[in-house]
Amino acid sequence: MIEGAVWRKWVFYNIPLILFVFVLLFPFYWMIITSFRPDGELYRPWNAVNYNPFWTNNPTFEHIEYLFEETNFGRWMLNTMFIAVVSTLISLFCGVLAGYALARLNFPWAGSLGTMIFITYLVPQTLLFIPLAQIIRNFELGDTPWSLILTYPTFLIPFCTWLMMGYFKAIPKELEECARIDGASRWKAMVYIIIPCAVPGILSAGIIAFTLSWNEFIYALVFLSSPDQKTVPVGVTSELIRGDVFFWGPLMAGALLGSIPVAVVYSFFVEHYVSGLTGSVKG
Amino acid sequence: MAEVIVRKLNKMFDTNHVVKDVDLHIRDKEFVVFVGPSGCGKTTTLRMIAGLEAVTSGDILIGNTVVNEVPPMDRDIAMVFQNYALYPHMSVASNMAFGLKMRKFDKAEIQKRIKRAAEILDIGQLLNRKPRQLSGGQRQRVALGRAIVRDPKVFLFDEPLSNLDAKLRVQMRVELKKLHERLAVTSIYVTHDQVEAMTLGDRVVVMKDGVVQQVGEPLELYNTPANRFVAGFIGSPAMNFADVTLSGGNGRLWAEAPGLKIGVPEPIAARVNGHAGSKATLGIRPEDLRVAGPADPAELCFEVEVEVIEQLGSEILLDTRAGTSTFVASVDPTLRTRVHERLKLAINPDRLHLFDAQTEAAI
Repeated sequence: MIEGAVWRKWVFYNIPLILFVFVLLFPFYWMIITSFRPDGELYRPWNAVNYNPFWTNNPTFEHIEYLFEETNFGRWMLNTMFIAVVSTLISLFCGVLAGYALARLNFPWAGSLGTMIFITYLVPQTLLFIPLAQIIRNFELGDTPWSLILTYPTFLIPFCTWLMMGYFKAIPKELEECARIDGASRWKAMVYIIIPCAVPGILSAGIIAFTLSWNEFIYALVFLSSPDQKTVPVGVTSELIRGDVFFWGPLMAGALLGSIPVAVVYSFFVEHYVSGLTGSVKG
Repeated sequence: MAEVIVRKLNKMFDTNHVVKDVDLHIRDKEFVVFVGPSGCGKTTTLRMIAGLEAVTSGDILIGNTVVNEVPPMDRDIAMVFQNYALYPHMSVASNMAFGLKMRKFDKAEIQKRIKRAAEILDIGQLLNRKPRQLSGGQRQRVALGRAIVRDPKVFLFDEPLSNLDAKLRVQMRVELKKLHERLAVTSIYVTHDQVEAMTLGDRVVVMKDGVVQQVGEPLELYNTPANRFVAGFIGSPAMNFADVTLSGGNGRLWAEAPGLKIGVPEPIAARVNGHAGSKATLGIRPEDLRVAGPADPAELCFEVEVEVIEQLGSEILLDTRAGTSTFVASVDPTLRTRVHERLKLAINPDRLHLFDAQTEAAI
C-alpha cells in the first residue's frame, strides 16, 4: 500500500485506479446502454435539446428482438459455440500431449522444437489465411464449420503447447518418478498423476483457446460466406453494417449477447484460471 | 527381502563423470546410508538403483537379478523423496493406495494394508486429508506410509528428513530407526548429514566426487577413517588437522609443525617408520584433546592460545591456535579460562591419526 499523506494515496493509487477501471469498463457500459436505447434516441443529433448519450429513460428490447427475428443471430451463436468448443478440445488434446512431451521426455532437440512451435504461433494470421484458403478450397471445406475447426488449431495448438509445457515443467518431477516407482507406466503416471495436477493449467489454456476461437474474425470472414454458416463476429459485422449504414442498436446488442458466453466461462473458472497462470503444484 | 549388489557402477552426464566404479554389497535387511557432500554422486547412485537414471556401465542386482534394464515399476522398490512427492490431488488414503491399485491388489487387501501402515505411523486420523492440509512431519509420515504399504524388497530414502526442522528431524530419525527394526527391510538412505548417517546406518558408505571413500560400520569410520576426507567428514565437531613433518630424534618419531612438536605414540610410529622425514597430516578429534595435567607426558602436550570459547552446557569447545595450526578442543564444562589465555593441551595417544600428505590415505 501507499503510505504517507492522504494526497499521496489519491495521486498514486485511487485516481490511477479509477481511471483504469473507467477506461476498461466504459466500452462495456456504452455497449449495454446502446443495446437498450430506442433508435429515436440513438440517432438524435448531438445538438438536440434532450441529447443524452449516457442514459435512457425508455429502455427497449427492440434491438434484441430484431437480432433474433430479422437476422440469423441464434444460428450464429450455435455455429460459434460449436466451432469454438470443438477446436478448443482438439487444441487442448494436442497441446497437453505435446506440452508434456516437450517438458518431460528428454528427446534430442526438445528445446529447439519447443521454440519452433512458439515461432509458428507468431506468424500473423493475416498472412497465414492466404495459404490456408488454398488448402480449404482444395479439401472442399469452404463454407462449412470444419474450415474453421481445422484451421483454428494452427494457432491454438502452439499456444496450448507452449502454455502447458511451462505448466508441466513447474510440476515437481518427483511426483512422476514416485508414481513410476509405485508401479505406474509413464502413460499411467501422466494420466493419473500429472494431468490431474495440471488441471488449472489445462483450464487456463482451454479458456484462452475458447476465447480466441470465439472472437476470431479473419478466418471466419474468409472461409465462410453463406449467412447461416457465419459466426457471431462475422455475422454481426457483415449483416448489420450495410454499406455505410451502421445499425448501432442491433450491433451493440449482438456484441453484448456474443460476449456473454465468454464472460460466463471466465467467471466460472476464474479461480482455477488465476492459479493456472500464476501458481504451481507443491508436492 | 533382498540383497542389493552394485558392481563397477559408473554414470556419465555428457562428459561429467559423476559416479565412478562404485562396488557395494548391501546385505538382506541391512540399513545402509550413503553420505557425502552435495555433488558426490550419492543421490545419482540411489536413482540408478531405483531405475530413475540409466546406468552408463556396471551392474545393479536386486535379489540376484540384474535390473539395469528393468523399469522402476518392476523393481519392487519403494522410495521416499526429499520433498515427499505426495500426490497433491489425492487424499492420504488414496496416496497410500495408489501403488497397490497400480499393482491390481483387491480392495480389501488395500484397506488392510493402509490400516496397518496408518497404525504403525500413527496417521489414522489423517487418512481423508489432502497433502496440503498436513504439516511437514505428517507429510513425511504419509510418504513413509506410502512406501510401507507396498511391502517392497528394498526401501530407498533420498534425504527424507532434510526438509524438516531440527527438532522434528531428530524425532523422525529415531522413528525411522524403530521402523527399520520392526519391518526389517533392506534400506538404502542418502543424506549429507553425518549425524543421520552415524545414527541410522548399520553401515555407512562415504562418497566424494563419485568415488566411494570408505564403507564400514559407524564406529569403524569414526575410529579408523581410511583417509583424511572420511576423518574430516565423520564426527562433529570435525577432526583437527595440522600439516606436520615427521622426523626421528631421541630414539622416537616426532610430528613437527611451527609451534607444535608431538611425539608419535609407539604403535603408530611403528607403522610410520618408512615415512620419517616426509610430510604428513596429523589428525586429532576435539574430544581426544584435554587440558594437560601434571601426569601427562611432555611429548604428548603442546601449548595453545585460546581464541574463542563456545559454551555448550555439556561441554566447552575451545578454538585454539598453536603456531600456524588451529585446534578445537572439547573440554570439561567446569573449566574456567579466558580468550588469549595460554593453555597446555594433551592428546590421547591412542586416538592420534596420521595421513599421507600426498595421497591423504591413513598411515
